[in-house]
Amino acid sequence: MLKSFHIGGIHPKENKLSAGMAIQPIAVPAQVIIPLSQHIGAPCQPVVKKGDKVKVGTLIGKSVGFVSAQIYSSVSGTVLKIDKAMDASGYKRDAVFIKVEEDEWEEHIDRSEALVTECNLTAKEILDKIAAAGIVGMGGATFPTHVKLTPPPGMKAEVLIINGVECEPYLTSDHQLMMEKSDEILVGITIVMKALNVQKAIIGIENNKKDAVALFTQKAKAYPGIGVQPLKVQYPQGGEKQLIDALTGRQVPSGALPISVGAVVQNVGTLFAVYEAVQKNKPLVERVVTVTGKEVQRPCNLRARIGTPLTTLIDAAGGVPESTGKVISGGPMMGKALASIDIPVTKGTSGILIVPTLEAKRKAMKDCIRCGKCVQVCPMGLNPTLLMTLTEYEVWDRAEKNAITDCIECGSCSYTCPADRPLLDYIRLGKGKVNGIIRARKN
Amino acid sequence: MSVILTAVATLGAIGAGSAGILYLISQKFKVEEDPRIQEVQDALPAANCGGCGFPGCAAFAAACVKAESLEELNCPVGGQETMDRVAAILGQTASKTAKKIAVVRCSGTCEERPRLNLYDGATNCSIAAALYGGDTGCSFGCLGLGDCEESCAFDAIHINPETMLPEVVEDKCTACGACVKACPKDIIELRKQGPKSRRIYVSCVNKDKGAVAKKACNVACIGCGKCQQVCPFDAITIENNLAYIDDDKCRLCRKCVVVCPTHSILELHFPPRKETPPPAKEEAANATA
Repeated sequence: MLKSFHIGGIHPKENKLSAGMAIQPIAVPAQVIIPLSQHIGAPCQPVVKKGDKVKVGTLIGKSVGFVSAQIYSSVSGTVLKIDKAMDASGYKRDAVFIKVEEDEWEEHIDRSEALVTECNLTAKEILDKIAAAGIVGMGGATFPTHVKLTPPPGMKAEVLIINGVECEPYLTSDHQLMMEKSDEILVGITIVMKALNVQKAIIGIENNKKDAVALFTQKAKAYPGIGVQPLKVQYPQGGEKQLIDALTGRQVPSGALPISVGAVVQNVGTLFAVYEAVQKNKPLVERVVTVTGKEVQRPCNLRARIGTPLTTLIDAAGGVPESTGKVISGGPMMGKALASIDIPVTKGTSGILIVPTLEAKRKAMKDCIRCGKCVQVCPMGLNPTLLMTLTEYEVWDRAEKNAITDCIECGSCSYTCPADRPLLDYIRLGKGKVNGIIRARKN
Repeated sequence: MSVILTAVATLGAIGAGSAGILYLISQKFKVEEDPRIQEVQDALPAANCGGCGFPGCAAFAAACVKAESLEELNCPVGGQETMDRVAAILGQTASKTAKKIAVVRCSGTCEERPRLNLYDGATNCSIAAALYGGDTGCSFGCLGLGDCEESCAFDAIHINPETMLPEVVEDKCTACGACVKACPKDIIELRKQGPKSRRIYVSCVNKDKGAVAKKACNVACIGCGKCQQVCPFDAITIENNLAYIDDDKCRLCRKCVVVCPTHSILELHFPPRKETPPPAKEEAANATA
């Protein structure tokens, strides 16, 4: 019996159409738009101005505040302007527009493919390098990695958990990265283990990626303290708290951080970025993006520079199919439908999913039939139908008591609801409101 | 027979004793309530809308009695008349407040502001606003999903299915401010109703640069500043590419309305001009009336 988390969960159809497609780099576009807010936390301050020449790896956005991440130019060329541009948030926000000329990289970046396993830096130096490289959680949440690797005072990490689950249907970017860059990821794990001063790391991989499980089981033998654990195919296995539960049996208390049970979770993509930053001095300027969908001509995994327009990626996969009803940034469960595809790839773009019209349409909302399916599937043990009602009627104190802020927004409730109620939409709204009330009370 | 008598006597004694205790306790713990609170409450419209900033008419009545002056207190539903009555009960004078009314500062009808994508989520403006800028090129404008309509206790604001914009029913609007709070885009504003309901306002909240705003919506304020230049009373300010008319300073001369190149300044309930006015603007004014 494979390990899994213990409350709720669903099993949507996997549809991993682009599995096994080798990661292809796509050509650098003629112009990139690099948003200055690509992470959770304070947006960056631009440090370049119109007309400046930049190279790949030149700092263009300086982080302000503790929870923030530096932003580097992903191309070489001239800064055209700093202006508002639409990004995946659906709003126009500040971004740096760069006209691409040549492909010149900053000198200190090591562009060779050679594997560097040695790392003689201290924990502090590693953290500084990670912070300087602007690395954020690559699974999609984009929380600055150096912040996550700095436990609050009095707390100590005991185990590093590596998230190779990729439980979102359709997405394969992490899977493919694991297959192609296993050594780099393992070195990245040893680096982060050193930074956290932990002796144990567990790689959790969902069992629908048997090749990755086999590859890592075999390769991890050379690295002391790193273990591999295949996991049951169940959504949201890759949720931070669910993964900790599945791998260690520990439950993160309501409202607490994973560090409170001694665990730090990092995505495989993040570890690859850490490897490149620490061993190769390469800041986060590109990432792997899955472009997929049932009607897409060539579902594929692409390596794209940050700031590349989504249209370029979609063209590389055979263009927008005629039947398209919706384009989603991310996976079908937690991803976000886009208002426009004229937006750039950012640090958090794990995939582009093109959904045909027939599947895209949401059904009309019907009355709740009190079947309790949403309660059954909620991996956080919440009562989604109650939380939706409380939000509808703005009963914030009761919503708070019913732990609305614990919702991880996995969407299992909306997925399973036979009455097609937009449970998550309301809960997300209520969660934001209640979080605001809690913040106001603290101040 | 004696059993019945004993029972009646015992119960009677217990009853009388309890009544005595209750009387004593009620005398001891009596709460002296100002009788004027009830009087004031009776003078209020009993709408319990919360427009005054208090949780209901009773709380507002208590606040009025407690307050030393009625300057900061105003019942938007009852208006001046009610406040005068309250003042008479309390032996004070009510401050003169101009009657206000909700105005919708967006004229982006389906025609003027083309829809670029299809929103398919929950019918709720707050949810849509948290997801993205809206189904048009303007991320400031009305989403048309009716949070204001839902919030109105007086049935005074409705989404027009043709324009997909809310319209205020002037006779019913009490300026309680519920819709102002409900709108996640801050489009609705309480403005002075003005003499004979005549008022002028900038019907746009788009803070984008002129060209971007104009591209998204034909009737967007582009922040050109013509209205500011022409205003003889210094009532117009331009901030973030958006004009705003201060209704305390505006004297309803309508000069700004004429010069606005995008017709984003609306005039309501004015008699027709002597010169032929631009027709588009009139329609827009009627649409929001």
